[in-house]
Amino acid sequence: MSQKSRLHIPHAAARPGETPDFSYLALSPAGSVARPPVDSRVSDIEFLSNDLVRVLDENHAAQGPWNPGLDSSTLLEALRLMVLVRQYDDRMQRMQRQGKITFYMQSLGEEAVSIGGGLALRDSDMLFPAYRNQGLYILRNTGLVEMMSHCLSNTNDFCRGRQMPVFYQNAKNRVFTISGNLATQYPQAVGWAMAAAIKGEDDIAASWVGDGSTAEADFHYALTFAAVYQAPVILNVVNNQWAISTFQGVAGGERRSFAARGLGLGIPGVRVDGNDLLAVYAVTQWAAERARSGGGPTLIELVTYRGGAHSTSDDPTRYRPKDEWAAFPLGDPLLRLKGHLVQAGLWSDEQHLAMEEQMKQYVLECWKKATTFGTMTEGPFLRVHEMFEDVFEHMPRHLQRQQAQLLELEGILP
Amino acid sequence: MTQMTMIQAINSALDIMLDIDPSVVILGEDVGYFGGVFRCTEGLQKKYGDHRVIDAPIAEGGIIGTAIGLGVNGLRPVAEIQFADYIYPGFDQVVSELARLRYRSDGTFYSPVTIRTPCGGGIRGGQTHSQSPEAIFTHISGLITVMPSNPFDAKGLLVSAIESNDPVIFFEPKRIYNGPFDGDPNKPSVPWSSHPLGEVPEAYYNVPLGKAALVETGHELTIISYGTIVHVAQAAAKLAGVSADIIDVRTLMPLDIDTIRQSVSKTGRCLVAHEATRFCGYGAELVATVQEECFWSLEAPIERVTGWDTPYPHAFEWQYFPGQKRLLAGIRKVMEAK
Repeated sequence: MSQKSRLHIPHAAARPGETPDFSYLALSPAGSVARPPVDSRVSDIEFLSNDLVRVLDENHAAQGPWNPGLDSSTLLEALRLMVLVRQYDDRMQRMQRQGKITFYMQSLGEEAVSIGGGLALRDSDMLFPAYRNQGLYILRNTGLVEMMSHCLSNTNDFCRGRQMPVFYQNAKNRVFTISGNLATQYPQAVGWAMAAAIKGEDDIAASWVGDGSTAEADFHYALTFAAVYQAPVILNVVNNQWAISTFQGVAGGERRSFAARGLGLGIPGVRVDGNDLLAVYAVTQWAAERARSGGGPTLIELVTYRGGAHSTSDDPTRYRPKDEWAAFPLGDPLLRLKGHLVQAGLWSDEQHLAMEEQMKQYVLECWKKATTFGTMTEGPFLRVHEMFEDVFEHMPRHLQRQQAQLLELEGILP
Repeated sequence: MTQMTMIQAINSALDIMLDIDPSVVILGEDVGYFGGVFRCTEGLQKKYGDHRVIDAPIAEGGIIGTAIGLGVNGLRPVAEIQFADYIYPGFDQVVSELARLRYRSDGTFYSPVTIRTPCGGGIRGGQTHSQSPEAIFTHISGLITVMPSNPFDAKGLLVSAIESNDPVIFFEPKRIYNGPFDGDPNKPSVPWSSHPLGEVPEAYYNVPLGKAALVETGHELTIISYGTIVHVAQAAAKLAGVSADIIDVRTLMPLDIDTIRQSVSKTGRCLVAHEATRFCGYGAELVATVQEECFWSLEAPIERVTGWDTPYPHAFEWQYFPGQKRLLAGIRKVMEAK
């Protein structure tokens, strides 16, 4: 202790030109963390918020009580989805670089978060994603053509040109619309879950935010309401180490885990290897079962790494070491699941390469199809008067007048 | 004199104020090591240290709330909210606290906070990176609201804002961060170095709060605007061949009524233009002011050109943005009225 008060400013472990340093990350060996019964009292399972639940060991073998024992077809489907998400990201990132879309956000390195978590939930459970959860939309059968059409703001865009790229939605398959404002979906997910309980249904809600967004008040509102009403909800914090240029310590991650945020309210926290699909699946399944059986909310921290830039608007080499991802101790989620399948004799490098190529071609075909609905420069285009629709259910007079005014202007002065 | 973009001018103002006043501190998301997502605080943490240029958690209410506390304890905080679209989580701290500390404590407490925030569209930001919420803030008693339209004013006004003991919301129209914009997105972008107000002294100076600027003088029409639309209005007036006084109000609250009264009394015709939505927009206040101050001089109804009353749509950015076409139609209407 120093002798007088002081201001502590968190500093990232490594900046550009420095050697990556993840010594701050507390790790547990695969298989070493106990799996308590889902009806455990919060005070008995506080260790889950400090330890790191891991299933896959360094040889890609599944270890310990959290092994969800998934059958080979589920594992292969999970791998296929992760490859598809990565190929989708790769294509869209390049399309942004070529100026075909205005903006993009990759989920590179975080694919297991969405795919592992999403697979462990029922189709009727409601998802409230953040902007890096494209995997959830893909998992819930949102057509790639539709997702791309949205990014193109074309005539097939399910947001009809109202939103920037990556702000997807899929009401039919129960995935909420994405906001550009952070953590707003968190209390909304709690409200959805409360409604399910009020209506006596056993569907649950799940939501995701980044480590940075846990600083927002909405995060804390969500935890409070979830705890007070014991809402059947899973609240996920995707700790990918970086919020644009600030590392997770600036969000308050230096002294306690994000999983521990709920303990003061009596919400159990589970810290999990977010790059281990089996562990993510198992922990989500545990929390879902707890929620569905009246046990209330669970806060899950998924420890992962943002492999790419925050978005196409920033250059990460300005604020973190170039080779930091390669030094991340939890590796690449896609390669780890692939390794698991290979060592189990269910998959081979050749099959993987073939599948990657197949997904790549599929994504390309989808892109070609999406562009037939219009691009930023070539029609067909959305009709301009549509911008006035959906502000209200029924268009008020003043908007009708403005709509007519715009059309007249476009007509008389093309 | 040197050429500066609006970003460099803002950086220069912050640099000077950090230098001459040890109580000035900056806080905001990504403002420190990274230098801000728009680079307005680039190099400042390195120069002044991490106790004076502070990377904040992503919590706008937290940033504004702690800025108030820093200010109450003798510092002079400059808070950055990364986009004006993200300011709403801090709204209660602005409205119920920052704006009213002086009033509710009979002048005992105050906090000299400046909140800088980029606003406006034209960068394909869609509905969450394009808003112009200035009228929401001008409606609150106790807040000074500023929006510069060029690098020279940006630096001078920001210096005055930081020196002000009253709280200031300082809107930075991001479309014109790197160059003036006349409303035509198909034309090649123009740098500030081509504009006279891109010439900015490196040394200290200030532009007083509460004073409008007459950026063009004429005798047939008065156009009142601020921010990006000042440049669009200049282009549209030229296109219309009309001799117009163009007033850049610069400080929206408190408003420089004298400059407006003098101009409209002279021209007899008035058009008000802004990028923000129309209904209860700042233009409504301008129109009411002109009506109150200049009714007997008016030769035509006052015309208003604004953004539409919808969220800012990604696909229709340029149909939403009140560009030259809409300004031109407005100018014709007010000029043709008998």
